Amino acid sequence: MIAISGLLTGGIYALIAMGLSLQYGVARVLNIAHGEFIMLGALIIWALVIDLRIYPPLALAIAGPALFGMGFLLYRTLFTSIKNRAPTLGAAEGNALLAAFGLYFVILNSAVLNWGALPKAYEFLESVVWVGGTAYRLNRLVALVIAVVAGVAFYLFLTRSRTGKAIRAAAQDPPTAGLMGVNINRMLPLCFGLGAFLACLAAFLVGITTTVNAFMGLRYTIIAIIVMVLGGLGSIPGSFIGGFILGIVGSIVNYFEPTLVLPAFYGIFMILILVRPTGLFGQRQQ
Amino acid sequence: MAFLVLIFVFLVTFPIYGGDYYMLVLVYILMYIVLSVSWVMFSGPTGYMSLAPAAFFGVGIYIGTILGAELPLIVAVAAGGLGCFGLALLVGLVTLRLRGIYFAIFTFGLLLFLTELILYLEIHVAGSRGRHVFPASDEAVFYIMLGICVVTLVSAYLIRRSRLGLALQSIGQNEEAAAHMGINTTRVKVLTFAISAIFMGAAGAIMAPSLIYIDPFIAFNMRNSFMPILMAVFGGMGQFYGPVVGAAVFAYTERFLRLQYPYYYMLTFGIILIIVIVFLPRGLVGLIPRLQKTRLIAKLLNRGKEEQHADT
Repeated sequence: MIAISGLLTGGIYALIAMGLSLQYGVARVLNIAHGEFIMLGALIIWALVIDLRIYPPLALAIAGPALFGMGFLLYRTLFTSIKNRAPTLGAAEGNALLAAFGLYFVILNSAVLNWGALPKAYEFLESVVWVGGTAYRLNRLVALVIAVVAGVAFYLFLTRSRTGKAIRAAAQDPPTAGLMGVNINRMLPLCFGLGAFLACLAAFLVGITTTVNAFMGLRYTIIAIIVMVLGGLGSIPGSFIGGFILGIVGSIVNYFEPTLVLPAFYGIFMILILVRPTGLFGQRQQ
Repeated sequence: MAFLVLIFVFLVTFPIYGGDYYMLVLVYILMYIVLSVSWVMFSGPTGYMSLAPAAFFGVGIYIGTILGAELPLIVAVAAGGLGCFGLALLVGLVTLRLRGIYFAIFTFGLLLFLTELILYLEIHVAGSRGRHVFPASDEAVFYIMLGICVVTLVSAYLIRRSRLGLALQSIGQNEEAAAHMGINTTRVKVLTFAISAIFMGAAGAIMAPSLIYIDPFIAFNMRNSFMPILMAVFGGMGQFYGPVVGAAVFAYTERFLRLQYPYYYMLTFGIILIIVIVFLPRGLVGLIPRLQKTRLIAKLLNRGKEEQHADT
């Protein structure tokens, strides 16, 4: 039914938007290659499952940290370089954006060269389950549960734990956070890597419910961006809620006219920018 | 100055002795010059990163294809430019009132949005995914593209030297201060952005015949945003002729490599963009002031001056 499908895609959207929000809100990099990280995670998991016959959740346990490490290192090397060499904060953000653009092409073309352009899939929890008179595949229900649980867990992590509070502090005001004892040099690459990890988690959920291919990234990047704006730039909980909102909306539109889903999102985006650019929970004023 | 005239004469007479293949290559170089120079027109001085060139180019392709079937080629091209002016005006009015990040985000997503929207319209209104493009002679395409290129370069030059250009620079350096000085920053930004889109749209319209067949995925291709940006960053965004240098280098190389190494060359270009952004954000042309600081060039220049003084 529309609701379950909407919640499932909503959960995925929430995860990717939170990931992007971490990367932009804290590390100040608008990672337009975010979708490519998702694609990379999805294809790596696929390769591990199909080629090495690894049990899918185990493949996630391998790919997730790998992607985290990749994000961490990328920030440590590339984006820190850009930040240090730029004359102003604005220039740094602009250059980081362009570098992410370049990264988009690098990752995309590497993936196509490595895995080809055809769609890929694997089977996991394909059994059918009956809930309230409608049949669902188990993997969709499991994915939904994982998405919601992960989202809530992450929210709790952000609000209750010390590291979580440090992250939020770093997102609100990096220099002051540094003065308060937050190790900014560690925090920024950590958050960037964490964003990549969330991307991989989302990729796992996508992979067990539908097919993946090398070109799937761009769409997810744009959706993540729209959700992030909807939730409010700089608000990670906002991205969580915004993701579910957009997921349900998308599911409804998809029922009537699949090709108009992204245009519908963009329409919402346009209205949002016109009426309330700060989104639902946004705070940043600069 | 004479140098430029020479180049111009060379280009104008090229079709006579150039040969079909090289004429096509030259058209591509001119196209990329148009795209990168018009990108720099706005994003260079202001620092607002537009990721929209491919979107305007694609819209130009579609306007050109649809109108060019019935109307004269020049009219279709002009319509492509005007259509994109309107679209850019809309985009600018919506996003340029806010921080640069909204602008970058919006222009980035514009491509996929237009792709899917036009796909929907084509399937449901026109009946099929793609359409055939009217034919046009190679000479006509060449000369019109050359014309667009000249107009773009002249416009870029004039804007740069005008009060608008000054306003753009001050916005880029400190937007708040610029606003306090009385500059209507939103108006300046929107106007310049819209003007830059004209040339991108016109270029798209004239390139349509060369594609023979188009569909939303052919017309709207992220590569058409990437290449101009790569060229501009590589060549240098601050100076006037920087993007031209970048365009010539990469356009020629791309034509070469895309058939032999389809995805490898894009991979390499992506790596080049990253390297250039990190180490050479002012581009190749930006190296010149840095080189001038080295003693060698200063010495050569000084010796030249001494000889001059000795003569008089």
